[in-house]
Formats: sequence, C-alpha cells, structure tokens
Amino acid sequence: MTEPTTDHVTLHLASVLPSVETVEQTAESFAQRAGFDEDDIGHIALVCREAAVNAVVHGNKYDPGKEVTADFDLTDDALSVRIGDQGAGFNPNELPDPLAEENLLRTSGRGVFLMRAIMDEVHFRQLTPGTEITLKKHRIAREADK
Amino acid sequence: MDIKIRHVEGVTVLDLSGKITMGEGSGQLRSALQDALTAGSKKILVNLGGVSYVDSSGLGELVGGYTTVKNAGGEMKLLNLSKKVKDLLVITKLLTVFDVSEDEATAIASFS
Repeated sequence: MTEPTTDHVTLHLASVLPSVETVEQTAESFAQRAGFDEDDIGHIALVCREAAVNAVVHGNKYDPGKEVTADFDLTDDALSVRIGDQGAGFNPNELPDPLAEENLLRTSGRGVFLMRAIMDEVHFRQLTPGTEITLKKHRIAREADK
Repeated sequence: MDIKIRHVEGVTVLDLSGKITMGEGSGQLRSALQDALTAGSKKILVNLGGVSYVDSSGLGELVGGYTTVKNAGGEMKLLNLSKKVKDLLVITKLLTVFDVSEDEATAIASFS
C-alpha cells in the first residue's frame, strides 16, 4: 500500500529543548513523505529545528507556562510548517545580516537566515501574544504520482 | 558530543564526534579550546570527521572557538567536514572564515 502523500499534524509542546527534537523529527518524517531528496530533507528538518529553538529559547524563554505549537501540513503542492510561541514577539526585519562582513564572526543570529535560504517561503505573523513563523517548501512530483 | 585530544607535530588535534547543537555539545568545544590554550597550545586542529550534525548554535560554537583562539594569538583550523556541515558553512559564508582541509597531514603542515 502506498503511503498517503497528504497529511496534517498539530503538536502542542512544552517550552523545553526536547520539544525541538520532536519538531525536527516530525519535520524529517513529513519531508520524507513529501518526496524531497536527502539533502532537502536534512535542510528542512534543520530549519524547522531552528524555528523551534527560537520559539523555546527566545520566544517563550523556557517558561513552563507557555507552549510551542507546531503545525505540519503536507498537500500535493507543498510542505508547510507553522511554529508559534507565546513570547513577547520580535521584528524579523530588524535582524542583523549574518553575511555582512561585520557580523560574520557573531556567535548567533543565523537561524532565520538559514530558514530564508533553504525554504521557498518564510512568513512571520505577530500573535497576541507571540510570534508564528510559516516555513513552506514546494514539492517535487513523485514518479508514482505522475 | 565527545572530544578526544591528541598532539601531532606540535599541533593539538581535537577529534569531535556527535552533534554540535543547541542543547548538545554547545559549550564543550569552547571549553576544550580554552583548556588547550591554557596548556600552551597555539595550533589547534578541530577534526569534524565524527560530527554528524550541526545547527546554527553549533556554527556559533565553531565561530566562538575560532575567535577565542585567534584572540589568544593562536590558529584554529577545521578538518574533515561532512557535506552537510560544509553546505552550512557555504550558505553562511563561514567557509571564507575558516581554513578547512580534508587531509590531516596537509592541515598539520599548514600551521605557521
């Protein structure tokens, strides 16, 4: 029996680092089912991890009273991952450019850049409270589906 | 993350294995580099052949280590990057910062 090529899962996670692993593993599973190649699967899992770290560490600041939501949506067109926190929010347009010469030796600040470099679409939405990031990668048609 | 230390022709080689990520390995590399500097080593080769995974925190760890060694008057170079890690260094332009080698003997000989 062939595996379903569309799916949807929503996770409600605690603001702890093991939640990051859960998001990453779920992203990897969805990316595999989407038919992405090995490199893309690894990259997608990585940037979902980055978004989850941001939610746990920078957004919710490990607050046990705040949760991280991770929504995975696989359609015929794309894999979309939405990760939300309940923190104070931030302006993604104010992030320093990690490729700028003066920032190359910074020890942090590359997470959002990697998301934008790897995914086809990255969108930020301010919540009340918190931030939601949507990461989207368009699918490759699988041979079996043609 | 596991770090094994050996010395080859005046160069301290740190053999890393595992992951360098937020929550795993973060801080360990910087500590190991600081220990090497304290012991008097100025030539440090970080062997990433056993490193299976790096995230942006791991990149920060490598960059922080590089800066720590450089500020102490030393040199830090990288060895045996996997394709995954190399891809990240390319995307983030960090490949222009680090001296990277795929051969240990060549890397050892390249220290001034």
